[in-house]
Amino acid sequence: MLKIKQLAVAVGDKEILHDINMTIGTGETHVLFGPNGSGKTTLLTALMGFPKYRIVRGSITFQGKDITGLPLDERARLGIGMSFQRPPVVRGVKMSDMVAACLKGRGDAETVAKLAKRTDLEDFLDREINYGFSGGEIKRSEMMQLLAQKPKLALLDEPESGVDLENIVLIGELINELLEKHCPIPDRKCMGLIITHTGHILDYVNARTGYVMCDGRISCQGDPHEILQTIKEGGYGSCVNCLARRHLNV
Amino acid sequence: MSEIKSSESYRKKAKAAAAKAAAFGEDIDLSTYLTSAEEQPYQSDPEQLPAQAREHMLEAGVVLDDTSQRSGTYIQMDNTPVHSSIRGDGVEVIPISQALKKYDWLSDYWWRAVAVDTDKYTANVELNRGDGYFIRALAGHKTIFPVQACLYLAKARLAQNVHNIVIAEEGSELDIITGCTTASREDPGLHMGVSEFYIKRGARVTFTMIHSWNPAVAVRPRTGIIVEEDGLFLSNYVLMKPIHSLQMYPSARCVGENATVRYNSILVAGKGSSLDVGSRVFLEAKGAKTEIISRAITTGGDIIARGFIDGGAPEVKGHLECRGLILNNGGMIHAIPELKGNLAGIDLSHEAAVGKIAEEEVEYLMARGLTRTEATATIVRGFLRVDIQGLPPTLGAEIDRTVEASEKEVM
Repeated sequence: MLKIKQLAVAVGDKEILHDINMTIGTGETHVLFGPNGSGKTTLLTALMGFPKYRIVRGSITFQGKDITGLPLDERARLGIGMSFQRPPVVRGVKMSDMVAACLKGRGDAETVAKLAKRTDLEDFLDREINYGFSGGEIKRSEMMQLLAQKPKLALLDEPESGVDLENIVLIGELINELLEKHCPIPDRKCMGLIITHTGHILDYVNARTGYVMCDGRISCQGDPHEILQTIKEGGYGSCVNCLARRHLNV
Repeated sequence: MSEIKSSESYRKKAKAAAAKAAAFGEDIDLSTYLTSAEEQPYQSDPEQLPAQAREHMLEAGVVLDDTSQRSGTYIQMDNTPVHSSIRGDGVEVIPISQALKKYDWLSDYWWRAVAVDTDKYTANVELNRGDGYFIRALAGHKTIFPVQACLYLAKARLAQNVHNIVIAEEGSELDIITGCTTASREDPGLHMGVSEFYIKRGARVTFTMIHSWNPAVAVRPRTGIIVEEDGLFLSNYVLMKPIHSLQMYPSARCVGENATVRYNSILVAGKGSSLDVGSRVFLEAKGAKTEIISRAITTGGDIIARGFIDGGAPEVKGHLECRGLILNNGGMIHAIPELKGNLAGIDLSHEAAVGKIAEEEVEYLMARGLTRTEATATIVRGFLRVDIQGLPPTLGAEIDRTVEASEKEVM
């Protein structure tokens, strides 16, 4: 289980996220909606433990352990993984080396080759990571690394952005595989928190709970399809107004 | 060494240049070094060389315990050739002194790719002739295993003089590994090495040089390469061990149509090391191509990384890439890429970047579960990995091994 309590996150001196509360049960998938710049990626990177994102209040508990002050790499080794929206190019480091590092000895070259085949990246194993990759290739590369990493909590930052229609089906399948959607609900161990700006990913991946983030706050929580419908009808502006009304208690 | 045609004229030019400082690098006072060393005994079996010498040579890529994976071997200690041998036909590996006696025509190659009066170091090699290797692949012969050569500095404070000539006759293929190292890990010394390469029509030479000197040694290689039509010269240079001072600027001329030259350099400068290293290519014939790639890391030393491409013929193509990584404060990397062209339709480009490891890249790897140290090591390893086009797999593995063996010192 992941439990976020009254979390506030700052970058430099500026507080970006305020009073975030969220609980994701084992095997559950939740989605986070929100307009650009609302703080969605900040939440994911803060959960992952990137040092730039400083936790100023609140706590994060993962699998019963308080990880609020735990460094990035230790969180990763504890079972938190993240797919990046715009990962950096790492010149000289080959895709195959990266996937092997993610496997941490749980597989060999054959395992790497199988993962490459599954993600349609067989010709990319000798390529430098993210160097000259298209939008779809980056997403598949991120999914390949996460499938190798086998996290217990997968943080997915806009997995459908920049992906064409053909690739989005594959990305959806890979997310479902990562989140063990093929297993009966009680048997699923991997939790997921997916950021989506457009909600397209919900056509391919089922989620239990949805949230809307506006101006660094969670403005509402509920059935993800209902939330998406509301956003489609009234835009994110309706969420902002709703949040404002709640703050003013009107 | 035997007399050669025009020998007097070379000596005259050398005498005139005996005090001429090099265009680049620290000026070395040659009078502080010894000019001669005791003759070393010849060993018909290189396994009989002292164990410590063999161990040091191995660090420079020269394998003496089992030479079955080598087409030929040449070992020079100080200024004396102590072993030369070949396995099979089609390739010659002998001391240059012997070759000059054997072949009159060799005079035609003597100081043709490198000018004898380039500077005081070339002049000194001519005036105080030591020895060197003569490696020749016969026309059409393709060596399966590389030829290896070791230039070994045994005597403290010696100025080692070396003059090598490599000839790849038409249509031949030749791979050479040259390892340079010292007996002592602390005694000063000076290595002056002239190497002239002649790549004939359709020939292909891969030349891999691994330097493993010590922190008190100064090194001044002077290399010239002439590549004829459809010829290929591929140079790989690896320096990851400490050195006092190194300055070299090998110069290749593509004189035949579609001649190709590729240089790959991996340089590491620790505290106290001063490197001024570059590669220069003159594209003098239609369709000639070159690629110059260097990777430089400072852990406290200074590196000047030069590159120069002169596109002087139609449809030539050249790319220069220099990337520098500063791992510790106190070190310096100065990249100087230069391109020159005066014809429409030529294609020359360069990219250069110097900086520290990007924190964003380290954190990306840490998010996959690597510790900061592991992530940094992975990035450095990747930085040093130059994918060398056309390199035989066995040679590639040898270079990887050398780089991996030195990584711990870098980190």
